[in-house]
Amino acid sequence: MSSELWVSMEAILPLIILTLWSCALLLVDVFFLKERKGVTALLAGLGLVVTLVVVIAKTGRPEVGFGGMVVADDFSNFLSVLLLVSGLAGIALAYDYLERIEVKHSEYYILLLFAITGMMLMSMSADLIMIFLALELLSIPLYVLAGIAVPKLASEEASIKYFLLGAFSSGIFVYGTALIYGATGTTSLRGITAAVGTPNFDLTLLLVGSGLILVGLGFKVAVVPFHMWTPDVYHGAPTAVTAFMAVGAKAAGFAALLRVFILAFPSLSTNLTPVLWALAALTMILGNVTAIAQRNIKRMLAYSSIAHAGYILMALVPYGQASVSSSSVASVLFYLVAYAFTSFAAWAVVIAVEQREDKGLELDDYAGMGRKYPALAAVMAVAMLSFTGVPPTLGFVGKFYLFWTVMQGGFVGLALIGVLTSLVSAYYYLRVVVIMYMRDGEPLVRRETWLYLTACIAAVGTVLIGIFSQPLFEWASQAVLKLF
Amino acid sequence: MNFLLNPLTLVTFFPLLGVLVILFLRPEQKNAARWVALITSLVTFVISLAVLIQFRPADFALQLVVKVPWFTVAEWVIYFHLGIDGLSILMVLLTTLLLALSIVSTWKAVEDRVKEFMVFFLLLEVGMLGVFLAQDLFLFYIFWEFTLVPMYFLIGIWGGPNRMYAAVKFFLYTMAGSILMLLAILWLGIQQGTFEMPELIAKGGIPANLQIWLFLAFAIAFAIKVPMWPLHSWLPDAHVEAPTAGSVILAGILLKMGTYGFLRFNLSLFPQATMQLAPWIAGLAVIGILYGAAVSYAQKDVKKLVAYSSVSHLGFVMLGLFALNAQGVQGGILQMVNHGISTGALFLVVGMIYERRHTREMDAFGGLWKVMPVYAVLTLIISLSSMGLPGLNGFVGEFTILLGAWGAGQPGASLGTPWFAGLAAIGVILAAVYILFMFQKLFLGPVTKDENRNLPDLNWREIVTLAPLIVLIFWIGLYPKPFFDLMGPTVNHLVASIQSAAVAGLP
Repeated sequence: MSSELWVSMEAILPLIILTLWSCALLLVDVFFLKERKGVTALLAGLGLVVTLVVVIAKTGRPEVGFGGMVVADDFSNFLSVLLLVSGLAGIALAYDYLERIEVKHSEYYILLLFAITGMMLMSMSADLIMIFLALELLSIPLYVLAGIAVPKLASEEASIKYFLLGAFSSGIFVYGTALIYGATGTTSLRGITAAVGTPNFDLTLLLVGSGLILVGLGFKVAVVPFHMWTPDVYHGAPTAVTAFMAVGAKAAGFAALLRVFILAFPSLSTNLTPVLWALAALTMILGNVTAIAQRNIKRMLAYSSIAHAGYILMALVPYGQASVSSSSVASVLFYLVAYAFTSFAAWAVVIAVEQREDKGLELDDYAGMGRKYPALAAVMAVAMLSFTGVPPTLGFVGKFYLFWTVMQGGFVGLALIGVLTSLVSAYYYLRVVVIMYMRDGEPLVRRETWLYLTACIAAVGTVLIGIFSQPLFEWASQAVLKLF
Repeated sequence: MNFLLNPLTLVTFFPLLGVLVILFLRPEQKNAARWVALITSLVTFVISLAVLIQFRPADFALQLVVKVPWFTVAEWVIYFHLGIDGLSILMVLLTTLLLALSIVSTWKAVEDRVKEFMVFFLLLEVGMLGVFLAQDLFLFYIFWEFTLVPMYFLIGIWGGPNRMYAAVKFFLYTMAGSILMLLAILWLGIQQGTFEMPELIAKGGIPANLQIWLFLAFAIAFAIKVPMWPLHSWLPDAHVEAPTAGSVILAGILLKMGTYGFLRFNLSLFPQATMQLAPWIAGLAVIGILYGAAVSYAQKDVKKLVAYSSVSHLGFVMLGLFALNAQGVQGGILQMVNHGISTGALFLVVGMIYERRHTREMDAFGGLWKVMPVYAVLTLIISLSSMGLPGLNGFVGEFTILLGAWGAGQPGASLGTPWFAGLAAIGVILAAVYILFMFQKLFLGPVTKDENRNLPDLNWREIVTLAPLIVLIFWIGLYPKPFFDLMGPTVNHLVASIQSAAVAGLP
């Protein structure tokens, strides 16, 4: 093997491991008895742990592979760790839940692994074609996962809706890529930056292309007005899938947005910043206001996840200012971690309260939790406070960092919209707490070790990392985006 | 790790130890939870006394400072930075004292979910002490917002019939104010390169037109907490629904966080804006004094009456602070302490009668003096202190404030007209009216209701709860010098620096 290929292979080593592991698992799984599918879950988890070890071992050495198409740097390492840990949470949440709602497909775990591979690839891609490939690799397993509760109608509906709109957005993304290729003659992020200002370069085409890229990725991270699918898909998909999707797809989407915008489009910031500004403002306002009207916890959390996409997008607005862009990256990464911890805490409780046939998903089903199940209620309360952004939770520190970035960029108005919508969000997050602690009821709750473990780790992490956040700050600010 | 043994760190976080112990108790072990909470709060009080002993009143600078880097955002270092000076020492002592007394008062009043109650109560103490001690804006904000959470639960779980509404209203109102402050803090930190109070004050140099905006962003947060008219509407709801101990802490300490915020942050960070806006703030304060008194008079529910009287009393505090002279500010700080003692005690007294009769309607009582003489005498002392009878603590505070406001009424001084002091003086008379009216309705005349004939008088636990407050009422009323001595040098320094900064900023 030539040494260049060798370096390339080393760069994507975690992906290779994960892919091979998944393929092997697909074969091995056939031989397990129907009653012993738990083994698949365990093996899938093991695969994630092995990959995690490899990723961590590789930190600190940026590697460029395949002629600059793939980059394994601190940025992608950060996200890979986040995604792999989210995958572990996704498995832990599903372990008992799938059996309970009578989903007997152990492919869940394998599809999850494939989706994570796609998400990790997305964080490493330094070429629009590569991003497209990753987008498909992460999306297709998610389409299937959303519908894995077949023959449940809601789940099928979620799947088909997600697929149709997802296919659309992929198409838009490719179209954008084509236009950019037309404008610059290349799809590599480095090439695009280099092409700006050369004689054959076409600014209008590049602008339109970048807009289409924003639309395509904006769909993945559920930014208004490309969010229409979110409530239905989050609601219809099995809750464990929703939990994983909410965190993973968002992290991957923002990874691509960050890398593309900061590396390839800094010269377009005068045109794109107002667009991002408007999208962020719209997303925060619409997501939070609509969430107030929800009585179903899954739909409420779906709208809340839209709102959080708005907060994260806010940090991208000043991406063109060289002095702020590193803060943009670090604050988005930081917030993604905060969002992951908080989300898993919340979704774990939702899964515990959910009963068969979509029972136990109304807000009123949480009445009396504070008295009957103090631990789970505390987890949910922590999650809600962290989503609101109340200190000393991780959610607060994360939001603080986002607002910091926005203020540093000089967008006081946007920050103002951000804090005001946070106030709106306090209303519906607190409602959950009010119902749990201040109303009496007989909640039905599933008690299961993995579920409790995930819930507790996520909640304790939300508080403790919130207080002792220095390591996370350091780690996130190391993940500087550079051209290779 | 030396900073952990600093008395300020110790006093702030000691209650957490109690929280940890209580978390390991079973829900049935109610008495154990109570005892652990009580002992924790008493030890915290003792630690705060140790802080007092180490405190050098003659020195206006921050003392017993702890400053450890907490985390780094970009190039900005955020510190875990605590310090105490003449502005906060009395607040810290008031907090630790009232907290211990409130816990005693819950002994029989709280029977449901005692464990959680005590956990939230002690967490609240951590938050409040942190607010009074934090010298880093970010740290301050964390403690400030954090106090919302336990208080929200205290109102929402152990409160009256309309508790959910009151709890959410309390939370949203307060948060609405503080998020604007968060933006102002961020702006300050990014522009000035630091979040440390001493450095921010030393740096100064914020243009006057920007100062106004920043001042307002901070002021709204604090004004809601105080609460200043017209931002007070959450207060009656929260007070009426909160359990007794919650009301004591809410009135006694949480409201002081607002006035303290003005004192610590607005006055010293934005001196020019302070000078410019002082008449406006004083105007709102006077409206609050008169409005609070008038509305108090109209109440039928004793607790609501006391709640509205807080609006009036805190109007005095605000007027004193924004007189911007040594007398006014000192009077304001002393009145903060006085209000904590008197109104805290009034809420305790109201809670005691509520425990016996489960109503707070004034019409349900009458002639209680004959039935419960000890209770009546103690209530009389507390009521008289609240309305500012000479010889008791309220008088000293209000008199000093009026003196300061009058002095600030000279042409060229902060208020520019003596009318503020003049109108506020009417509030003193009105206070006498509604307080005496309440006292008469409850205690004087014949016993009209049969239910009241056999009410037991105060027991030892209840007397012990009130006794320290009564002692303080007389002490401050007769010999306030030690209290003024504690704050004097810091206040004089603050006032002088505001004057000079404001003069320097003039075109």
